[in-house]
Amino acid sequence: MKKVNSLTEIPHEILEEAMKAGIDKEEGRAGSFFHIDHSTVMSKVNEKFEGKIEVMDIKDALGKYGWLEDYRWHLVDKNKDEYTRAADREFSGGYFLRILKGAKVELPLQSCLFISEKGLKQRVHNIVIAEEGSEASIITGCALHKESSGEHVGISEFFVKKGAKLNFTMIHNWSEETVVRPRSAALVDDGATFVSNYICMNPVKDLQMYPKAFCKGVGSTASFNSIIYAKDGSKIDVGSAVELSGKNSRAEIVSRTMVSGDSQIIARGMLEGIESPAKGHLECRGLILDDNSRIHAIPEIIGSKKDIELSHEAAVGKIAEKEITYLMSRGLSHDEAMSTIVRGFMDVGIMGLSKRVTV
Amino acid sequence: MLSISNLKVSVSGKEILHGVNLEIPEGETWTMFGPNGSGKTTLMMAISGMPGYSVTSGGITFLGKDITKLAMDGRAKLGIGTGFQQPPEITGVKLRDMIRICSGKGPKEDLSKDERKLVEKLRLSEFLDRDINAGFSGGEKKRAEILQLLFMKPKLLLLDEPDSGVDIESLRLIAGEVQNYIEKSGASALIITHQGEVLDYLKSEKGCVMVDGRIHCIKNPKQVLDEIRTVGYQKCIACHKMA
Ligand SMILES: Nc1ncnc2c1ncn2[C@@H]1O[C@H](COP(=O)(O)OP(=O)(O)OP(=O)(O)O)[C@@H](O)[C@H]1O
Ligand SMILES: [Mg+2]
Repeated sequence: MKKVNSLTEIPHEILEEAMKAGIDKEEGRAGSFFHIDHSTVMSKVNEKFEGKIEVMDIKDALGKYGWLEDYRWHLVDKNKDEYTRAADREFSGGYFLRILKGAKVELPLQSCLFISEKGLKQRVHNIVIAEEGSEASIITGCALHKESSGEHVGISEFFVKKGAKLNFTMIHNWSEETVVRPRSAALVDDGATFVSNYICMNPVKDLQMYPKAFCKGVGSTASFNSIIYAKDGSKIDVGSAVELSGKNSRAEIVSRTMVSGDSQIIARGMLEGIESPAKGHLECRGLILDDNSRIHAIPEIIGSKKDIELSHEAAVGKIAEKEITYLMSRGLSHDEAMSTIVRGFMDVGIMGLSKRVTV
Repeated sequence: MLSISNLKVSVSGKEILHGVNLEIPEGETWTMFGPNGSGKTTLMMAISGMPGYSVTSGGITFLGKDITKLAMDGRAKLGIGTGFQQPPEITGVKLRDMIRICSGKGPKEDLSKDERKLVEKLRLSEFLDRDINAGFSGGEKKRAEILQLLFMKPKLLLLDEPDSGVDIESLRLIAGEVQNYIEKSGASALIITHQGEVLDYLKSEKGCVMVDGRIHCIKNPKQVLDEIRTVGYQKCIACHKMA
């Protein structure tokens, strides 16, 4: 597809699906990036944010900045598996987002990675740099044409420098026929904060990812929130990991999962305390909505110094009858009560989502 | 308004209520006393339609309709408002959401000025965005229950020990608000209590005593309370037998 200068020039049926994955009008965003199949069709900074952020295709960025080569494959091992190797060989682009030093960006940046062609194998490599003291949030939507199929491999590397705050939200809107392999890692510097939110409410054939944050900086913080509903035969293996190797680093991992309709979720979580003092908590909660589905929660914590405080809690089960009847006593029908509870269960307070994203 | 005849209720296969008869006329507030485990909450749950409380004989009529088989939400919609002795907490469902549900508002609708006033009056403004009942103290839960009921605007209020664990000022507050509502709306009420202090702030026409799954001694509530204080629950049974 040829390059466009505005989201309005993107074919309606593509934009429609992208919006369900969190993409919104560009006026409400600090910058917008759109990649369809094997090409970047749009990368644009909202004029109010010129000089505060950069939004580029990764290939252009690598051409422009020689130093960027040092960032590429710095956090994710290119020989990790067949998917990383494939992405190294044949990546078609991806986003480069950079929040410049000290910039406070009030509106979210957004990016969309879209598959429009049936059976397409998309391989992208994304790099996000939040320079010292900057603050920003990013919403990334990954989606494809209804009833399409494909394979998506996305490498994402995040660099959150001294004192920076980066809030990253990824929303997946795939199909029953998509295989998805994101490979992400973040480096969190002194006093920096990395928040990563993941939302997947639509079916996906096969999704596996285990993003990791390295809290190397003194007083660095990482937090992962995942909301996943595996339905209609979805197979999902998702976790978040944090390595606490900076003094006074902290981490929190929260995952809320639901399964129905012959689906499976493996919900992983790993907190590893390497330097002390360090603190972390991991929460894995799952709702099983029928008898043909399965949740396997695997929370792990590792500590190797005495001043490390790590804890986890995991629980899977059905919706408590008591909660349903409580809501029914207030006048809701059984189904309304169930969906109210489910909505509540999924609400972990992710900020900045447009109304089009129904959690 | 509410008419219960020869009601037998079993929980987990065990009969708890052995034939309860109760007739609450429109606009009257009744107070129910009785020892722990006698079946008071069971009766209230049977009236509100809680699953698991199975009626094995007799029936319940509300506003002239037989509601014995009606589902819980149907009864709520007819005007039965239940304040629970032990309300559950629900993760992610805020007190604000509960108020919206109770007042039949859409999920995005905001509270009106008057509604916000009521929340403030019950000292629950700070709780609006907290998960319902999660980490609420005993008294806070009671206030939240009353608040929800007042938003439901029920024709019959069922209050299960609204006064236990509630400090004196809070009790005055909630009982006062309930009394206010009853006067304005002409609603009926059934209130379960052990202490009876609630009677200082709430006008009650009749009292009764539940003992071993049966109702005894229907008369002036303060008199009932006095008798329980002086001679205990046994007197109620004896008195019933004589009648
Ligand atoms: N789900 C249940 N399973 C088994 N027994 C039950 C159940 N619910 C109630 N019961 C029993 O029924 C009896 C009556 O209980 P109920 O809660 O109605 O008493 P109550 O009069 O409200 O007592 P209290 O004053 O302590 O609140 C008790 O013996 C109780 O243990
Ligand atoms: Mg009770």
